[in-house]
Amino acid sequence: MTIVSALIALGILALIFGLILGYAAIKFKVESDPLVDQIDEILPQTQCGQCGYPGCRPYAEAIANGDDINKCPPGGEATIKDLASLMGVEAKALDAAHGEEDVKKVAFIREDECIGCTKCIQACPVDAILGAAKQMHTVIEDECTGCDLCVDPCPVDCIDMIPVSETTSTWRWQLASIPVKQVS
Amino acid sequence: MYSDYESIISRLNEGRLWDFPGGVHPPELKELSNQDPIANIEIPDKLYVTTKQHIGVQGSLSVEVGDLVLKGEPLTKSTNPFSVPVHAPTSGRVTAISPHVSAHPSGLPELTVQITADHKDKWCPLNPILDYQQKPKAKIVEAICNAGIAGMGGAGFPTHIKASPKKNIEFLIINGVECEPYITSDDRLMRDHAWQIRQGIDVLVHLLSPKIVIVAIEDNKPEAIEAMQVACQENAKYLVCSVPTKYPAGGEKQLIQILTNREVPAQGLPVDVGVLMHNVGTCFAIADAVFSGKPLVQRVVTLTGAAFRKPGNVWALIGTPISHLLDIGRYKAKLQRQRKLIMGGPMMGFDTLSDDVPVVKITNCILAPDASEVAAIGSEQPCIRCSACADACPASLLPQQLFWHSKAKELDKAQEYNLFDCIECGACAYVCPSEIPLVHYYRVAKSEIRTQQQEKDQADKARERFEARKERLAREQKAREEKHAKAAEARRQAMEEKGNGAKDKIAAALARAKAKKQQAESANAVEPAEQIASTQDTKKDKVAMAIARAKAKREAAKKTEPKETITDSPAEKAEVADSAEQIKKQKVAAAVAKAKAKREAAKKTEPKETPTDSPAEKAEVADSAEQVKKQKVAAAVAKAKAKRLAAKKAEEDKSK
Repeated sequence: MTIVSALIALGILALIFGLILGYAAIKFKVESDPLVDQIDEILPQTQCGQCGYPGCRPYAEAIANGDDINKCPPGGEATIKDLASLMGVEAKALDAAHGEEDVKKVAFIREDECIGCTKCIQACPVDAILGAAKQMHTVIEDECTGCDLCVDPCPVDCIDMIPVSETTSTWRWQLASIPVKQVS
Repeated sequence: MYSDYESIISRLNEGRLWDFPGGVHPPELKELSNQDPIANIEIPDKLYVTTKQHIGVQGSLSVEVGDLVLKGEPLTKSTNPFSVPVHAPTSGRVTAISPHVSAHPSGLPELTVQITADHKDKWCPLNPILDYQQKPKAKIVEAICNAGIAGMGGAGFPTHIKASPKKNIEFLIINGVECEPYITSDDRLMRDHAWQIRQGIDVLVHLLSPKIVIVAIEDNKPEAIEAMQVACQENAKYLVCSVPTKYPAGGEKQLIQILTNREVPAQGLPVDVGVLMHNVGTCFAIADAVFSGKPLVQRVVTLTGAAFRKPGNVWALIGTPISHLLDIGRYKAKLQRQRKLIMGGPMMGFDTLSDDVPVVKITNCILAPDASEVAAIGSEQPCIRCSACADACPASLLPQQLFWHSKAKELDKAQEYNLFDCIECGACAYVCPSEIPLVHYYRVAKSEIRTQQQEKDQADKARERFEARKERLAREQKAREEKHAKAAEARRQAMEEKGNGAKDKIAAALARAKAKKQQAESANAVEPAEQIASTQDTKKDKVAMAIARAKAKREAAKKTEPKETITDSPAEKAEVADSAEQIKKQKVAAAVAKAKAKREAAKKTEPKETPTDSPAEKAEVADSAEQVKKQKVAAAVAKAKAKRLAAKKAEEDKSK
């Protein structure tokens, strides 16, 4: 008799806890970011297409579907490292077939040479070039991702990629400037 | 624990203050430079006015190279609220506007207006506000902004923003603590110009209406305390407080903690706890701006350190290159082991990289220590986890954890340990027995994090723009397709309309033809044409007409040439199927008919062309209007051929 009542009591308890847990699982469900969004978050968003995909998001989708993580030259080692830790795979060296890591650059249109053909405007993935047909074009420096895509379409080769110069607001303290002596 | 106003006031009146955690007591070394009043110095030949000397947005230049400027004339202007102008520090000519080494640890060149002084030092017309209490507050705030005043304690935050807060202020704290070793510029300013500082405080009180004003001065400056007490004695709302000497008591958050026991929240501002703080130098500049209309063109700079033969405080024009100040202070380079000129104090200052670095609005000290004052470049030893840094930290952080994570570039972990609450006071590095330059590690980590954040912001922006563009392209594509579809639809409609018109015409023509036929039939008493109302169905009509024609022809043929019926009708029926082939068939039919007729005629040996002609002619009459032309052509051709053939046959017959 005691065994039966104990079993009944335990059964009721189990049922109650089960209900509480089940409710909590629904009520406090944590929506995690879908993988593609997380990968897209890591990619540098230059939209340069050097990976072979038309933009960063398509590459993120490709990675989520098992493509290599080392096809992003603008992101470089840091991006590969982040992607490796996110995807749980080994970090590889940058695939040289897709280009090499370079300093950040912005496009610059030599304005007196521009003929106003709008070809670069159509090529720009982030709409960072301003202009109209037969009007001079110019690059909005703050919006330029340095993707290089406007250089090739220019029929008069008036677009230069200029490395971004350092200013006091972008300057980083360098540890090398600290007089640190190595302990022997 | 948040102390309320009354309990704070009662404790302040008792002279019992609170304390902040940590802090250090480095040698003060103030007597080196605070012995003499602030000296006026001669104007340098060239001044380098950096166009942005405050935190916020840079204004746009309002002068050009070659312009003559008077002292106090604005060089930049901006409508942005987070911007203050810079002014010509003396009269002279603008000789260059170009990047020049900046008063920044990096020494990177920044846009600078170079003015060659004419040594007349002639002021531009000034507009003092003498009756400021009668003027609207906005007017005074504007005057402060136009005078280019930015927090002179070290941060360079635009003062006019801090002079027009949105929240109620309980405590206005005037910071005269000046806790860093060596520096005495505020000390000397209070001693020499206490009265004007009080005037500046009056203006701020008018703007902010705080419940009380606390002038806080460290107890190692008794003369300054006395001077300020004398200047403030008339007003009961002004309380001069002597603060125990401890570094960094002059830090904004630390001083608020000492005076009010309130802690400024991590991401917050002093105004969140009902406090606002201004530096004594800022108060002096406000008084200058309001009562004499003078913009901020000079400030007190302490020249100190044993490498200066003649240390002291000077009124330096903004833009004065430090080489000029070195001459004034009689700097002896050979007293130093290597060139070391620190802008700011020994705890928070930075090494200047060039003698051309100009004085800016936040430059309070040039420190030139001699060999005995600076320790030999220390050798960084491993951290021994002594936790002396944690004891010294005024912000209650864990410096060794921060150091560990900063060094390992574990930036997210460093942020978890509240790296950004570090005020970079250098107390931890000061006490570190292993001589680890802790603050440097924090600065590196901070700038790294800022850069990453900036890159991330930029990436987000790029993503947004990329997606917006994609959307736009899709939209445009869709719009184009829609347009094309619409155009095609319109074309089809137009065609249909045109088609209908054609049909109508056809129908009308048919009706006409029918009427004609009926007339002809009634006249000829042939079989009546089929009863077809005017209809849009061309094919049916055609068929019907063709049948009618065929019948009419047959009738006619029967009448004239009964034999022809057989041969004629199939040809005519074929016409129904295709009007293009009609002509050919007609011709054939006509030719056949003619040939037969000829044979008949030949048999009769009486060549008579009329009967052979008649079927063609008759058919023509019966034809529908749309085929009249074709029919006629065909008939004409047939006739011509028939004639030729008949002629040939006749000739041949004859020749035979």
